[in-house]
Amino acid sequence: MPRSMISLIFAFLLIAAIVPTTHAETVLVSNEKGNSIAVLDGKTLTVQKTIRVGERPRGIVLSKDNKTLYICASDDNVIQQLDLDTLKLKQPLPSGADPESFALHPDGKHLYVSNEDNNVVSVVDIAARRVVAEIPVGVEPEGVGISPDGKWIVNTSETTSMAHFIDNETHKVVANVLVDARPRHAEWTADGKEVWVSSEIGGTVSVIDAASHQITHKIGFAVQGVSGDSVHPVGIAIGKDRKLAFIALGTANRVAVVDAATYEVKKYLLVGQRVWNLAFSPDETRLYTTNGVSNDISEIDVANLKVLRSVPVGEQPWGVVVRP
Amino acid sequence: MSVIARVWPVFVIVPALFWPLFAAAQDPSATPLTIGFLAQATHRQAPQPFLDPPPADEGLVGARLAIDDDNTTGRFAGQQFALAEEVVPEDGDVIGAMRKLLARQIRFIVTDLPEATLLAAADLPEAKVATVFNAGAADDDLRGEKCRANLLNTLPSRAMLADALVEYLLVKQWRNIFLVVGPGDGDRAYAAAVRRAVGKFHARLVADKPWTYQPGARRSDTGHYAIAAEVARFTQGVSYDVLVVADEEDAFGDYLSYATYDPRLVAGTQGLIAAAWARPHQEWGATQLQDRFLRLAKRWMTDRDYAGWLAVRAIGEAATRTQSLDPAVIAAYMRGDKFQLGGYKGQALSFRPWDGQMRQAILLYQPRALVSVSPQPGFLHQVSELDTLGIDRPETKCRVQ
Repeated sequence: MPRSMISLIFAFLLIAAIVPTTHAETVLVSNEKGNSIAVLDGKTLTVQKTIRVGERPRGIVLSKDNKTLYICASDDNVIQQLDLDTLKLKQPLPSGADPESFALHPDGKHLYVSNEDNNVVSVVDIAARRVVAEIPVGVEPEGVGISPDGKWIVNTSETTSMAHFIDNETHKVVANVLVDARPRHAEWTADGKEVWVSSEIGGTVSVIDAASHQITHKIGFAVQGVSGDSVHPVGIAIGKDRKLAFIALGTANRVAVVDAATYEVKKYLLVGQRVWNLAFSPDETRLYTTNGVSNDISEIDVANLKVLRSVPVGEQPWGVVVRP
Repeated sequence: MSVIARVWPVFVIVPALFWPLFAAAQDPSATPLTIGFLAQATHRQAPQPFLDPPPADEGLVGARLAIDDDNTTGRFAGQQFALAEEVVPEDGDVIGAMRKLLARQIRFIVTDLPEATLLAAADLPEAKVATVFNAGAADDDLRGEKCRANLLNTLPSRAMLADALVEYLLVKQWRNIFLVVGPGDGDRAYAAAVRRAVGKFHARLVADKPWTYQPGARRSDTGHYAIAAEVARFTQGVSYDVLVVADEEDAFGDYLSYATYDPRLVAGTQGLIAAAWARPHQEWGATQLQDRFLRLAKRWMTDRDYAGWLAVRAIGEAATRTQSLDPAVIAAYMRGDKFQLGGYKGQALSFRPWDGQMRQAILLYQPRALVSVSPQPGFLHQVSELDTLGIDRPETKCRVQ
């Protein structure tokens, strides 16, 4: 074998070693003002296609089989279904009034939708395409989180400032936990032991013990050079291994990195303006953030806690998911 | 990496912080906390009644909506709230109505009253133990020389509105202000607040003139010729960036735009308006409040409705946090530094301890669009940027708090 050939092979191996695992993934982003879903190649992080959907798309969730994207088209009062293979919209699902965010039951058959306008959480049977139950909650229901075993639903209500624990068998509220002002996102840990709730106006994240319904920790944030009035925690992503958690801090334009075992804030990562929601890649080596005011998403290297790049996606990106 | 990007890893952990937990069931036998609402019907000269007829129930519907909101939360906390409404006619006995509320042991009274009547009601000996909310009077001296220990203000003061406007004009570098002042007492007070804001933020007052023309030509055929001529003459010969108008009664301010001698913008009580609440405001979830209000009132929410809503919600929020319906406990919490009220303006609202004014962001809007929200970026403050609006602690003339 000629020398040059050998060095070429070496060079190739070297590059292969440096370049991290290849992403065959698709990053999907809802653009609240652009009324569209941006489809990005996970490897190049470039927009492959922008699909026009209903008015004011916000919350987005992947179906269990990763074939369908459910989209809260807030101003159209429906949940749209995007076929991710054909990138065509299928028949929409009912949602109740003004759906903002929702969660998919682990069985993959039911969506739990918060209806901000009439203070209920609607339970949608996906196959039957109808609302099968309405659970009354506080003023302006917002975030919905379902326990990994599917037995408990946690819903936050913004004006009531409570996290409601709902028994999924009886659809009855069994506990109401008062958190700081304007709670947004409710995120369960993978072990089902804790629920983390962000308070946008209060500027904190409350860690709630799922068994006792008590707040066991409250995480606060102090970013140098940013006034406390600008720290608005919204999106939460907690690693499955419970090592790290990430909190989007809204107009502080940063993502806080939290030790998920000690609740200590380790670092603040500067991303884009008004960072809102977060999503891990399936292997949790990457984290994506939607930056609503700078109209881009940022990619974070989870192992090295570095922001790798920010790419434009459309007008006012809101929700993000990664399809394997 | 820029200076701003340098961050400071700080953590706050409060271990085993056991926060209130509420049982799901509500006790139906619970006695509600009754909040009073006191207002006097006023006859207002509306210049364009065929466009915006003035609502007769301003303030009141805001308070009613907040009672609904308080009760939705109260369902989960075993608390109930009710509103005792006293709206007296124009020639009615406001003080008698106030006495009636106080005699029912009502300890929170939300008012939509002019300054003199408000003070007479708040100064009743039996009102000493009550907390009176001012949701209807913007007068600066109610937060200054004439403040009262039992008075909280949820309506922004004129000083807050003027500061909010001037901050924005400076951000736009529209530094040279031509002030036009209407004949009413409110107009003169608004103009005084603008002059104070101009001095505070180092803008420049290049002209300061009273509006002396009589309104009335607008209904006569070709009346617009006369109005256009008046406005052009009035604004001729002055070099300025913005015409700031003080016309709280809507008597002439709307006729200034597009009629000035030079092509200039109008701001103040008309044109670009500084206000606590605005019809086009939809940010920070405000759409939900607008929708709820529209459903209840069949009309749009005004500043005074919003101030009424804030007062009743402040009481409800303090009751939820303290798990108490004891007026003394609620009042103490509301005035404390832990109190935070969400008001659909992006930041928590609270009461300034030095003058009982609720600190809040001010909306800058034109009738069909939100233009900006003050405080403006860059106007810094050592405690809260919201305190760049209105009278700050070092300059307060309130001596009773």
